[in-house]
Amino acid sequence: MTTSTDILVIGGGIAGQAVCEALRERDPELTVTMVCEEPRLPFDRVSLSHLLVDGKDPEALQLRPETWYADQRVATIVGDPIAELDPDAGTARLASGAEVRFGRAVLCTGSEPLMPPLPGIDLPGVIPFRGPEDCQTIRREAARGTEVAVIGGGLLGLEAAYGVASQGASVTVVHLMDRLMERQLDDPAAELLEPALRELGVTVLLERQTRLILGPDRARGLRFADGEQLACGLVVVAIGIRSRTDLARSAGLACERGIVVDDTMTTSHPRVLAVGECAQHRGMVYGIVAPIHEQAQVAAETLVVLDAAGPDMVVEHGELLRDDGDAATSATAVATAGRTLYEGSILSAKLKVMGVDLVSIGDADTSGAPVTADGGHATSAAVHDRESGIYRKLVVRDGTLVGAILMGDTRGHELLLDGVKNAREVADPLELLAEASQASPADLPDSAQICNCNGVCKGEIVRAIVDNDLGSTQEVVSTTRAGAGCGSCKPTVTELLRVVRGGQVEEATYLCPCRKQTREDLAAVAREQGCESVSELSAACGAGRDCGACKPGLAYLISEVNSNQHREERHARFINDRVHGNIQKDGTFSVVPRMRGGVTTPAELRRIADVAEKFEVPCVKVTGGQRIDLLGIKKEDLPAVWEALDMPSGYAYAKSVRTVKTCVGQEFCRFGLGESMKAGIELEELIEGLYTPHKVKLAVSGCPRNCAESLIKDIGIVAIEGGWECYVGGGGAGTIKKGELLAKVETKDDVLRLAVIFLQYYRENGEYLERTMPFVERVGLETIQAAVLDEESGEPAALLERFRIAKAACDPDPWKERRAPLHPKQFAELDSEAAPIGPPEGGEVEAERAAATATALRHPALAVTHVSGRSAEESPDA
Amino acid sequence: MHDTLSRTAVPETADATGPELLEAGFRLVGAASDVPMLEGRRATVDGQRVAVFRLPAGFAAIDAHCPHRAGPLYDGLVADGCVTCPLHNWRIDLASGRVAGQEQVVGVHEVIERAGQLYVRLGASACDRGGDCDHAGEPAAGAA
Repeated sequence: MTTSTDILVIGGGIAGQAVCEALRERDPELTVTMVCEEPRLPFDRVSLSHLLVDGKDPEALQLRPETWYADQRVATIVGDPIAELDPDAGTARLASGAEVRFGRAVLCTGSEPLMPPLPGIDLPGVIPFRGPEDCQTIRREAARGTEVAVIGGGLLGLEAAYGVASQGASVTVVHLMDRLMERQLDDPAAELLEPALRELGVTVLLERQTRLILGPDRARGLRFADGEQLACGLVVVAIGIRSRTDLARSAGLACERGIVVDDTMTTSHPRVLAVGECAQHRGMVYGIVAPIHEQAQVAAETLVVLDAAGPDMVVEHGELLRDDGDAATSATAVATAGRTLYEGSILSAKLKVMGVDLVSIGDADTSGAPVTADGGHATSAAVHDRESGIYRKLVVRDGTLVGAILMGDTRGHELLLDGVKNAREVADPLELLAEASQASPADLPDSAQICNCNGVCKGEIVRAIVDNDLGSTQEVVSTTRAGAGCGSCKPTVTELLRVVRGGQVEEATYLCPCRKQTREDLAAVAREQGCESVSELSAACGAGRDCGACKPGLAYLISEVNSNQHREERHARFINDRVHGNIQKDGTFSVVPRMRGGVTTPAELRRIADVAEKFEVPCVKVTGGQRIDLLGIKKEDLPAVWEALDMPSGYAYAKSVRTVKTCVGQEFCRFGLGESMKAGIELEELIEGLYTPHKVKLAVSGCPRNCAESLIKDIGIVAIEGGWECYVGGGGAGTIKKGELLAKVETKDDVLRLAVIFLQYYRENGEYLERTMPFVERVGLETIQAAVLDEESGEPAALLERFRIAKAACDPDPWKERRAPLHPKQFAELDSEAAPIGPPEGGEVEAERAAATATALRHPALAVTHVSGRSAEESPDA
Repeated sequence: MHDTLSRTAVPETADATGPELLEAGFRLVGAASDVPMLEGRRATVDGQRVAVFRLPAGFAAIDAHCPHRAGPLYDGLVADGCVTCPLHNWRIDLASGRVAGQEQVVGVHEVIERAGQLYVRLGASACDRGGDCDHAGEPAAGAA
């Protein structure tokens, strides 16, 4: 089978993709075919370390969705490498035997990891750091507690090591040289880097030459030249790359370390170009991403100029010639066509390691070449603060900026990169350093490159924002591709957006990212069309149809819009909410019964103990929320366990109200100022069973000593002399933050009422999976106070009324499904008999449920006629 | 879009009765009504655990456990002919067994609904699979 194409792009990496995109920007007509050796479309290899750290789906790294290739009419051949290239004939033969005829070809074959010829390099347990498979291996081994050695202390090696450390595994970096990242850093910077890495759990061994990898069956350690050994179970080799030139060589193209190209990116054969890590330009092979984009732009320009000049034209030594060798006023033709030539790239490297801010630009090291007053023209100026780990250095040669290292404080790096690129004249390096640390994106020239992964300049971003009226970072990223690579420039993109829009940035968060629908969009659809189930909402607007990941979010939205009088569809719920337990790593579930305020009784404890013994519960643990967790329960045992416990569900598995933690307070404590246990139990009864955008953890403390940690809860209540304080939006987990004081009020009922009104406000306005901490930050305390405190507006009373309606319809104890399962085999396997717990006795479930809700709703804090003129006045801070 | 239906309509079994299906190597796994729409349930066929799903276009069956960390696929969220593992969100196509973005493939099995009962026959490669096989084989049924 033979197909034909104008341009054949050989290689489906970042370079191949960049060439396709650069071509399409210039010419919509040329037919383009991209051949990918790997069984996948181009993905963002630069972000591989993200894959390792957060376990992201490799699909998330795909550079463009499949539809892009159809829309842009780029034909793709995936998983079928080119076996033979004949530049003279203009044909390429695929491994599958198919043939492609091409007008011009661009080699984007990239590189392969350099594996040193050490004894043992072929052992199992020795891997490069190159593809998603390697990330999986590393994650798997890290999870097993394997000791990992990374050979190579350069950029890639350090990112790999950080990834391993982030998985909790012990990792040692073994580096040949006497300092880390010796090509990008000087001694002082490298010395600061080492302790920063150590803090992340990475051990660094310098000046170690690995002699062999210990076996025999699999990698068991390293032996160094001095005889010293390092035990490990996995060896990650990240010492560098080697251009893949085999195809080019067999096609007769000139190759040295890489495929030799001229300033038009053309190889020794006029019909073939090369771009990326496989290409060698002016003696340089670039192993970082930014030059790829610059080269791709030039290559695309060359191809388009050639195409415009006619099929007979070729480029030779940078000159446009007719194919018969007749010179066609080459230089003029090139200039008229406005072609840009490639003259090499400024190297800049950013270490993508959490907590270590490091940027190296250009020729940054002067330590190796001693500076003399007359002949050596390089001088440097540095600001060095060892204590705070900050090091900022500029290198100036012959009066112009040639390099910089920014460590610990990378402000102004875009300005300095731009300065290096344009050979900015520097009279006083210290002055420029000071200027750089003041620089905001607003001060940057339009030519300053913001996104080094995708080569996007400030001017392009600003134009895109203005021309397309973009309002959110997400939109700017998808339009310009800035920030779509490693993501480290995203804050700058947001800052630019803010500058251009005069501070007006609406950060759209999509509830259904596949269909780009926000919570507000979907709530509007649900209200207008009266959708009472997720299926109806999906049918109305498509949300949740594609990947389905947003279905639990839609389920919450539907329940909230319908005040819990929606039609429940369990297929839209995460498994936790189908069987009312928290799924564990082995597929078993945990059971946490309701224990309001962390207060229990001997009888309850006895039942819990009996259950733990009877069902041989593998682990009984006290939770952080002052409850008891029974871990390792099989799904089919859940109904029987609940029956034996005879306690209601603690909702410890759901995005819902969890529990109210309390200290003992006034009833026992000699410092107590309020009855915190009583208040906590009442609060929990008031709100239990309600789903929320994300989990809501609460606490009530009996005095400002805060033994129940009220200050770091979603809602925290503190008894003070003569009243109560209500804090919201605190956090004590990933990020620690003291909650904001919503108000001080006089009585316990006042503070419970306030907590409930805030909860309802959050239920209505929070994004799905947005905890109260970011919620309060996003919405702003003053806005929230206005909504929940200003009684005259009527809004607090309206929130309270909507809360009552939602609460009356919620399910305070889904564990009752043990006797009335939603589906006969809700808990059992398909081919087994469900163990009968017994029928629900004569509507008992419904009756009990109604009674419990009615009791909660009779609480004085919920009285609609409640007069609380105090709350607004009592918050003078507002 | 997905060949769930075509898979259930294998010529030799298109009109087969329950007993004939058993004769043809199928096993009865339970009542179709016990698998709610877009949910999964676990069953055991010839000693192997399988996950059976109800899709708008019919039923699908694959290996019960995720090739990643053996998560229970029958407890996953189902949408667009795929199931998402509840442990770490690996997404598996129910027709081909392919894992999105991964090399791995999960075994796919034939499932037929007959007179309200579900019958499952293990995919070809599933039968050959050893106990500690890494499930890297090609999809069994459906692709054949």
